[in-house]
Amino acid sequence: MKKIEYTKIKGHSVPYYGLLAGLGFMILLGLIATWYMEHNGHYVTGMTNQIVWGMPHVFAVFLIVAASGALNVASIASVFGKKIYDPLSRLSALLAIALLAGGLVVLLLDLGRPDRLIVAITTYNFKSIFAWNIILYTGFFGIVGAYIWMMMDHNMYKFKKKVGLAAFVWRLVLTTGTGSIFGFLVARSAYDAALMAPMFIIMSFSFGLAIFILVLMASYNWTGRELGDAVIARLRNLLGVFVAAVLYFAIVYHVTNLYITEHHGVEKFILRDGGIYTNLFWFGQILIGGLIPLALIYAPAVKTCRKTLGLVSTMIIFGGLCQMYVIIIGGQAYPMEMFPGYEVSSTFYDGVVGQYSPSLPEVILGLSGVAVSLLLVTFAIKVLGFLPTSLADSIADPHASK
Amino acid sequence: MSKRFLRISLIFIGSILLFPAQGMAGTPFPLIHEPEGEGVECVEDEDEMRRNHMNYILHQRDKTMHEGIRTETYSLSKCIDCHVQPNDKGEVPTHENKEHFCVACHQYASVQIDCFECHADRPQKFIKRDSKPQALRQQLQEVLAEKDMGDAQ
Amino acid sequence: MSDQINDSRRSFLSKAAIAGSITIAPGVFLHQTAQAKPDDQAVSSKTRWGMLIDTDKCAKGCTGCVDACNNEHSLTGHGRPETDTQYIRKVSLVEKQTGHEISLPLMCQHCENPPCVDVCPTGASFKREDGIVLVDKHICIGCRYCMMACPYKARSFIHEVIENQTLSAPRGKGTVESCTMCTHRVDKDGIPACVEACTEDDHNAMIFGDLNDPNSEISKELKKHGGKQIRADLQLNTGVRYQGL
Repeated sequence: MKKIEYTKIKGHSVPYYGLLAGLGFMILLGLIATWYMEHNGHYVTGMTNQIVWGMPHVFAVFLIVAASGALNVASIASVFGKKIYDPLSRLSALLAIALLAGGLVVLLLDLGRPDRLIVAITTYNFKSIFAWNIILYTGFFGIVGAYIWMMMDHNMYKFKKKVGLAAFVWRLVLTTGTGSIFGFLVARSAYDAALMAPMFIIMSFSFGLAIFILVLMASYNWTGRELGDAVIARLRNLLGVFVAAVLYFAIVYHVTNLYITEHHGVEKFILRDGGIYTNLFWFGQILIGGLIPLALIYAPAVKTCRKTLGLVSTMIIFGGLCQMYVIIIGGQAYPMEMFPGYEVSSTFYDGVVGQYSPSLPEVILGLSGVAVSLLLVTFAIKVLGFLPTSLADSIADPHASK
Repeated sequence: MSKRFLRISLIFIGSILLFPAQGMAGTPFPLIHEPEGEGVECVEDEDEMRRNHMNYILHQRDKTMHEGIRTETYSLSKCIDCHVQPNDKGEVPTHENKEHFCVACHQYASVQIDCFECHADRPQKFIKRDSKPQALRQQLQEVLAEKDMGDAQ
Repeated sequence: MSDQINDSRRSFLSKAAIAGSITIAPGVFLHQTAQAKPDDQAVSSKTRWGMLIDTDKCAKGCTGCVDACNNEHSLTGHGRPETDTQYIRKVSLVEKQTGHEISLPLMCQHCENPPCVDVCPTGASFKREDGIVLVDKHICIGCRYCMMACPYKARSFIHEVIENQTLSAPRGKGTVESCTMCTHRVDKDGIPACVEACTEDDHNAMIFGDLNDPNSEISKELKKHGGKQIRADLQLNTGVRYQGL
């Protein structure tokens, strides 16, 4: 394998500035939406006392989970020594930081008291997994930042493996923490499962890689750099494995619940009676997010087609958002089982399915988080050498003849 | 980026930041209405209170909140009872009004406080309360009635 | 001679006084523990406040406790039942198999092992020494994780700007709140507004008292007739117990 050269992109063109402007505008809309929600109070959103976490959290958790997964490519190179992923490591680490930043922005701006951010990062209840997550997220920035430094600084290159290992372990703990936010809750039938943590880890692999592939293909396509088939083929196969793994975890989760009589109510709700949640589960998560991508990844006819890979990655991202929606909002919508065997009614909507319809400010806030992530990447690749000048097969493929 | 461009943008940003200084010339000095009554004194010295009132308030709030200690000396509501009084026209200022005892200084010093997002900003006797709480129950009952009718259908 | 008589009288009187005070002393000490906690004394874990609700005495259409609570804390409605705060609500139950009907008030259960306290990132959701679970709104950041975690859906988020608050309930936009067991009353030797209303209307479905005091009305009633926790399988050891469930 030849020595890889990394260069900044030129970033002079009108479309480039247009992209920056567009993303900046989206962020501005997000700030306006935040001001509107914070100034008036959350009654202007779709979130209520029954559904307390809504669209912003769907986007935020998706971005945070994907952030940890985006680091995968770098980890496979540094920790597991697969050389073909080595040139991709810098972009992988950059994307990880960018996605996490976007997710955190959404999460923090949705707080009831975002002005108390200082309190949140200085006052900790260490029994809370949320508190640990705050430490894990801020530490992630530090460790991955150091990782990028190791990758870019010629003198520090020898420490890359150790820092890469630390980053790998850190993000496993981080994603376990994110899954445990739900897994630790005894109150709701859809949560309260140790499986949530590893399930989130597997989801992170899948979503993170899908986003990475899209960003990689877009940045090479739009800057006219060469991206060889060897790299694409490896990424595609890896993506297929991860999608299959996510489906496996979904199967285990639901089959287990179907066995447990206590959980039949919530399973009937998600799988059959839940209206929007049932539709998003079967069509969004399973079909569009799982089965069709698997078919397209492995079908001989379209295996090598890059447009198909782009489509597949987009479908996986859509399926991932659907999965988050079903978990986060579906899990809250199903009424708490306080009085098993009784029909329950009250003025506080006990015993009934919680109603939720996402409001525009919430969706805009979520999308602006995506815009923050993309803006960070778009800007960073112009400022520093994150992208290899060429990933042609002759350069990138470790098995290519010299 | 050229040095010239950098210089110009720095000057531009600097001048924007200096704008508020112009405004300061026009900010009115806070007028604090002393509580009336003979022998009425604050719980601490004026100088001490000017510098450290926040410490007393913060300390008291933790004691009341976490330990249930409800002594009245440094109680926020007692401060309000004394310091927030009707003005010459008989109106009692709310925390949106810069005549309010706390707001007058805090706005001048540009130190934001959020006490009155939760705490009453004037003595209870000046707060008109209508029978809203009943309205809550009525609304909720209407919701229940609608649902019952829906079930019956 | 008079000295002798005086001496024996003196010794008799002193012995009688000692005997008398030894007899009375326990009564005096007991009386002291039943007095109000002084304002400058911190609450202690010697007390654990709890409530006992007899659902057989709770009438389906009655909302006395709810009205009293709303009045006490000046909880206004905004015409938005999905986001308006409810510290306490009446719940109607119909058993599917038998058709048996139950009515009960449901509020924060003041658990001994509260999930809401475990999950709060800043520690704003906390349990006082005397067992009352509260939200310290000074450090609440409004993340609503405690609302996700509460098995009784006891907490409400304040979705709008609040004005004209009462002394007993400082509350404002962007924080989470729930039943405080009327700490402003209890700390001054009172009882919660809901219990007072239920008792004054002669329904007597709610008892409030010290679970750690074996002689309190609530402890004696619990010992004799028992009291169930809602979602007892979660083993949270709630301070609010129900009979007739």
